Formats: sequence, C-alpha cells, structure tokens
Amino acid sequence: MTDVSAKAPASSASSGSLLLTLMKLRTFIALIAVLVVFSIAAPNFLSAANLILMAKHVALNAFLAMGMTFVIITGGIDLSVGSIVGLCGMVAGYLVLNGIDLEIGYTVYFNVVEIALITLAVGIAIGAVNGLLITRLNVAPFIATLGTLYVARGLALLASDGRTFPNLVGKPELGTTGFGYLGAGRLLGLPVSIWILVVVALGAAYLARFTPLGRHIFAVGGNERAARISGVRVNMVKMFVYMFSGFCAAIVGLIISSELMASHPATGESFELNAIAAAVLGGTSMSGGRGTIGGTIVGAFVIGILSDGLVMMGVSSFWQMVIKGLVIIVAVVVDQAQRRLQSRVTLIQMAKAG
Amino acid sequence: MSSSPGQDVILKLEDISKVYAGTVAVTHANFGVRKGAVNVLVGENGAGKSTLMKIIAGVERPTAGRIVFDGNEVSFSSSADAVSRGIGMVFQELNLFGNLTVAENIFATRELTNAFRKIDHKEQERRAAEFLEQLEAGIRPDMLVEDLRIGQQQLVEIAKAVSLDARILIMDEPTSALSAAEVEILFKVIADLKARGVAIVYISHRLEELIRIGDFITVLRDGRITGQEEMRNVDTQWIVRQMIGSDAKDFAKAGGHQPGAEVFRAEEICLPRVSGGLAVDHVSLSLRAGEILGIYGLMGAGRSELFDCIMGRHGQASGKIFINGKQVRERDTTRRIQRGLALIPEDRQREGLVSILSVASNLTLASLSRFVSLFHIRGGAERQAVAQMVRELAIKVADPAQEVSSLSGGNQQKVVIGKALLTGPKVLLMDEPSRGIDVGAKADVFRTMRKLSRDGLGILFATSDLDEVMALSDRIAVMSNGKLTGMFDRAEATEAAIIAASALGHGPSPNMENNAHD
Repeated sequence: MTDVSAKAPASSASSGSLLLTLMKLRTFIALIAVLVVFSIAAPNFLSAANLILMAKHVALNAFLAMGMTFVIITGGIDLSVGSIVGLCGMVAGYLVLNGIDLEIGYTVYFNVVEIALITLAVGIAIGAVNGLLITRLNVAPFIATLGTLYVARGLALLASDGRTFPNLVGKPELGTTGFGYLGAGRLLGLPVSIWILVVVALGAAYLARFTPLGRHIFAVGGNERAARISGVRVNMVKMFVYMFSGFCAAIVGLIISSELMASHPATGESFELNAIAAAVLGGTSMSGGRGTIGGTIVGAFVIGILSDGLVMMGVSSFWQMVIKGLVIIVAVVVDQAQRRLQSRVTLIQMAKAG
Repeated sequence: MSSSPGQDVILKLEDISKVYAGTVAVTHANFGVRKGAVNVLVGENGAGKSTLMKIIAGVERPTAGRIVFDGNEVSFSSSADAVSRGIGMVFQELNLFGNLTVAENIFATRELTNAFRKIDHKEQERRAAEFLEQLEAGIRPDMLVEDLRIGQQQLVEIAKAVSLDARILIMDEPTSALSAAEVEILFKVIADLKARGVAIVYISHRLEELIRIGDFITVLRDGRITGQEEMRNVDTQWIVRQMIGSDAKDFAKAGGHQPGAEVFRAEEICLPRVSGGLAVDHVSLSLRAGEILGIYGLMGAGRSELFDCIMGRHGQASGKIFINGKQVRERDTTRRIQRGLALIPEDRQREGLVSILSVASNLTLASLSRFVSLFHIRGGAERQAVAQMVRELAIKVADPAQEVSSLSGGNQQKVVIGKALLTGPKVLLMDEPSRGIDVGAKADVFRTMRKLSRDGLGILFATSDLDEVMALSDRIAVMSNGKLTGMFDRAEATEAAIIAASALGHGPSPNMENNAHD
C-alpha cells in the first residue's frame, strides 16, 4: 500500500523535471523553430542582407522591450513608451531644423551629439514623470502611463501641428549635419543601431545580475513589503525602471528619425504592445519578480522574425496579426503550465521529505 | 474494530499529507470519523487541525494520501462536491454574508424557488425559523446578519450547517464566541444530531468542553497525529501531554553572562490608530547589550506596531529612539538598518521573504552594500557570507540557489534571521520568532537567540506565548492595548503577574477578549 503510493509521485516527479527543462527553453525552441521554418519556406531568408535588415527591425522593439522588462519585473507596466518614441523623434527633428529660439534675436543650434543627449534627457524626464506619479502620488502604473501616453503623443503632434519634419540633413554652417549616422551608419560591417543594442543589452543584463540595483528590482517585484523592510529604497528603484524605460524609448525615437531622416509625430503608435509581447514571450512574469534581459531579447527576435518572415512568405497582414496573437497566448499558457508543474514537483518532494 | 453502535467509521483519511508552499501542514495522518459520535480533534495553534478539516470538507485537496468515504475512495473537487455527499462544516471564521438576511444566508447556493425560478422568500423564512427554533436564540429569519451579535452569527452558521441534513458535520471551534447558555443549547443540538446517527467532528481549545461531549479524541502536534483514544479512557493530563509532547519546550539554557551597557532606548513612542486612539501609547523602554527583553502581550496589544515604529515604517509615529546613547534621527527604514536596527517580522510570507528569489538572494538582500565594490556585487564575497550563515544557523538547504519557498517554515525563518544578522545589527527586533515552525527549528531559533545575546547583541522579542517569554527573557515587558503595563525582572516575574498586567490596558471590554483569543 504505502509502497505504491510512494512510487507514483517519484516517477511523475522525474518525468516532470524533463518536461520542465523543455518548457524553460521554450523561447529558444520557438526561435529555432521560426528560423528553420522560414529558411525553408522563404527564399533569401538566410541571406546576410536580409538578416541584417531583420536585426535592425528587431532592434527597435528589443530596446523598448528591455525597458519594459525591468518595469514589469517590479510589478508595473509602461504604456507610454510608444508615445515617447514619437515625441523624442519630434524633439530631435525640431532641434535639427529649428534649434532653440531664445527670443532675444538669437537662435541656438546644437550639434548632433548634443541633440542626441537632449533627446535622451527628454525620454528620461517623461519616465521620471511616470515614476513620480506612481511612487509619490500613488497612481496605478497602468493609469499613470496611460496618461503620459496621451500627453506625450499630444505634445508630439503639437510640436509640428501634426506635420512631418522632413529632410533632417542639417546645415554644415550650423554644425547640425550627421544626423543620419545612427540609422544608416555602419561599424565593422554592422549597423550602428545593432551595436548600440548590444551595448545597452549587455549593460542591462549586467545591471540585472551583478548590481545591488538589479537585485533590488527583482526584490521589489517579488515582495514589495519585504523589500521595504529589508531596507530597499523601493521608490528609487521604481523611479529608475521608468526612467530607464523612457531612456530606451528615446533611443528608438532617435534611431527611427535618423533612419528616415524625418520625424513624424505618429511614429511609435502601439509599439508598447509589441514591447510587452516580447517581454512576456521571453518569460517575464506580468505579476512581477521574474524575467531576464536575455529572454526578452530572444522574445523580441521571435516576434520580429515571425512578422518579417511572414511578410516574405506573402502572408496577408491580417493573418500575421492572428498568428502573432496566438503565439503570445500560447507562450503565456506554457508559462503558467510550467509554474504549476514546478510547484507541484517541489510540493511532492517536500511531502515525501516531511 | 468492534461493531458496537457509534463505532462504524463513515469516512477515513489514510496517510494524508498536505503541503503549502513552504510549510508542511499535515503529514501522514490517519483519521477515522465515526457515525453517531462526536469525534474530537485537538492540538495547539498551527498543529494542522483546520487543515485536516478543510480536507474532509473538500475546501483543500490533500497533496498525498487517500480519502475513503462509505468504503469507496473519493476525491472532493470542491466544497460543493463535499456538501452534495453530505459533509457540512461550521467554519471558525464566519462564512456569512452580512448584507443578506438570516434566511438568505441559510439557503445560500441552494435557494428555494417557485416554478418560475423566483426565490420563495416566505418558504425559506418558514424553514429557517424551524432550524433557528431548535437553537432557541431568538433570531428572526428576516434579520440582517450584520445586525446580529457575533455569538448569534455563530449560531446562524450552525443552523446553516444543520439545515444541510449532513451525514458528517464538522465544527471548527463552534463555541469560541458563544455564551455559557448558548453553549448548553449547542450541546443539546449536538446530542440530537448524534442520536440521528450524524458523525460530528468537533474542534476546540476548551478541554473541559471536549471531555464533556467527546466520544473519541485525536490529538495533533506539528502536523502529526500523536494520540487517538476513546474519550472515556483519557483525562486532561493525557491530552496536554499528547499536545505538547515532552520535547516541545526545548529552551536553550541561559548563558549566565552579565548584560553590558545600554545599547538601545525608546522614549515616548506613540502611533495613532486610523480609527482614533493610539495603537502604541507612550511606550518607553531601554535595552542593554547582551540582554534579551521579552515583550509579552495578547493579540492586538501593539507589540508589532511598536516594532514598526522603531524600524521607521510609520511616518506618523512620534517619539525618540537612541542607539548607544545617540539619538537616531533618520526616519526611514533603510537608514535605520544602517544604524544597527534589524527586524524579523511576524509574517514571514508577506514581510520576511521574497519567496520567488533564491535562499542566497534573500539572505543578502538587506546587506548587499557589504559585498559591493563601486557598483559590482562581488560574487565570491557574497557566496562566502551566505555559506557562513547557512552553517551558523544550520539552515537545511541543498543549494543556496534554490528558491526560498521550497524550504520548510523553520528553515525559512532561519533565512529571515540570517538576513537580519548579515546587516550587522546592534539591536535585533524579533516579532513572534517561533510562530508556525516545527519543534526542532524552534529550539534552533532559541539557541541562536541565546548565542547572539552572549555575543553582545541586544534582543527585543515579542511573543504571545507565556512559556516562551518566561524561559527566554532576562527581563519581561508586558503590553496591553498599546500601553506598557508591566516590566519584570526574570527573578521576580510570575505567570500570574504577567497575565494580570496583560489585561490592564483593556478596561471593561469583554469583546476585546474574544478578539484576542485565537
């Protein structure tokens, strides 16, 4: 009697752990699957030119998704990133074309580096507004960032009355040339934007794993009360993640306007949803406390390659949306199944030990 | 098993275990419920009685083991499933809808309806009145439940369970809010049910009550069944012995060292309550290095709130605190930890641990700055500190990278203690450090407290366990209703004096006693 009942959980526990390993690697498996499928189904898919083009597309979403990952790990959400992309693009475009009129007869023009820094500062500042609303005024993250989503988009449209800033070549005599480098430049054969992604991603992954701030981000998301009692400055941690998210969005705003050499105020609409999707696909838990930068990058690649590959195969964009949605849902279902399985395996082990 | 009436087992739990994340609530329990008898279940808080009952009532599902009902193995998918098989339960925490009438509560989820699926209130009230009459409580079926006294609400809960016409009726501390007269009525109802062949499972802390109405007794301790007997063969002493066990109170011996200079002083700590009044009422106390100061008090006495004030968790708290004679002006938790204060909170799951992080991350969470050069966490230094703590506190963990939620309650508590110790505190605040952990871990925790005090740490620990406070403290402070109502040296402290002091702050309010009682 006791023999039988003791054996059954043991065998289910070991088969459970194999299944667990497979489930944990699900995003990688998905990435390999889409690569294999498209390299067979779409000609030219594996050509260097196509791979680089796709990487550039993926990079945009990957930046936003990294910022989103930290925010979601703390248990929040940042809906404003798409609008920050748009607004930052407009800020950069405005500065290249118009400079700042000091209203005393002078207009100050900045060089491209200064413009980039100012734009990044704008993104960080909007993130700081999000952070202040959430930490000081106790607004729920969803609502606070929904508000800044509209405000930032409105400001972007106001900057040009809804028109596009065209032809951001700049004038040599004003020192505003060279804006195209971010979007079109190459370093060692790879686009500059990819290099920036590599640097930011390595920095973010390092931050998450090897710094107190990174540890605190996870602690806040895992149990805010316990973190507070342990002396973690919860408000500062939250300020940081929203500011970092704003920073990432500003980078994307700069890169897009640089690629197009124009700034359009509607740029970045619904980008926040893709960023959330990439983070979730990469194993970030919407309830906070779990997630990795590496997983998010892989998630961004799965989504990006999926949509580019489907375009190359000539699948209609309507079907693309259906497929993307299904992939996200399946990812979360598998994620939940993994959690359940994992907790069952541990509980059974504890019951045996106890 | 003899075949005399009242001995047929209607439901049997076989080798049942129930594990919650982090705690083993019940392990390898075998328990038979007999027809037409009162099956009594006793044990200290956290022994696993309620868990066992919830398993029978289908509220919880066992992690391992079998339930045999009427000779067939069953598994209840929900409490509704158990109810449909004739298992009713009177819950300890009242499960009533205050905004509905007594009759509506009694027939909740099985409303009597007419041909058009409209609720037949008249019929419900007529039938409810019948049940209520049995209980002689003067409750009208059309009264709102929230307008009733707590005791009357408990009677409604009982009426509801009786109305189920159950074959097994579980009563979890049904008398905790009843007056003596109401208890008598309840016992009459129970005798009536017994005569009809209903199996009753009865849980209570009141031993005289159990001995009076019980037929069979089962004693639980730390999730294990330690004794099963017919009631007529046992006496109070036997029950107490099974409940407590001989090894339960393993308090480490005092070290015999002399406490040093004053390390901590609190002056006039006050904390306003949201509902008016003071949760902590002008509390002043001082603590010497190497001293263990026990703070005894019932639930709601303001012990945890005092600790929260000391840690700077309440902005609206007033009063001064001093460490080594210097005033601590920092008002936030982070900097108070840096000044040498550390708290081990009462609620491990909600405030002590980040359950999805690893044991190692939890241990070093409060002291990361010790392992950082510039902004880089030195992995080697961190691992070394973790290994040292695991060894010193005898934390049973295979790999510190394991999630902390996979540990047992006692080992989780050690992790919380280790986290506090790694901050290098001068004063350690421990709020109910032995709650919900097994006997062995308790002894470890007590031994650690002794050792720390020998090493010169000042320890303030709050508890509602009289034995614990008497055995561990160098001095005993008593709190009641937010006030400090007594301060005793160990030599002069008596249980009677401490209990008397713990009732001082309340004044004539009998309700408070009910609330304080678990």
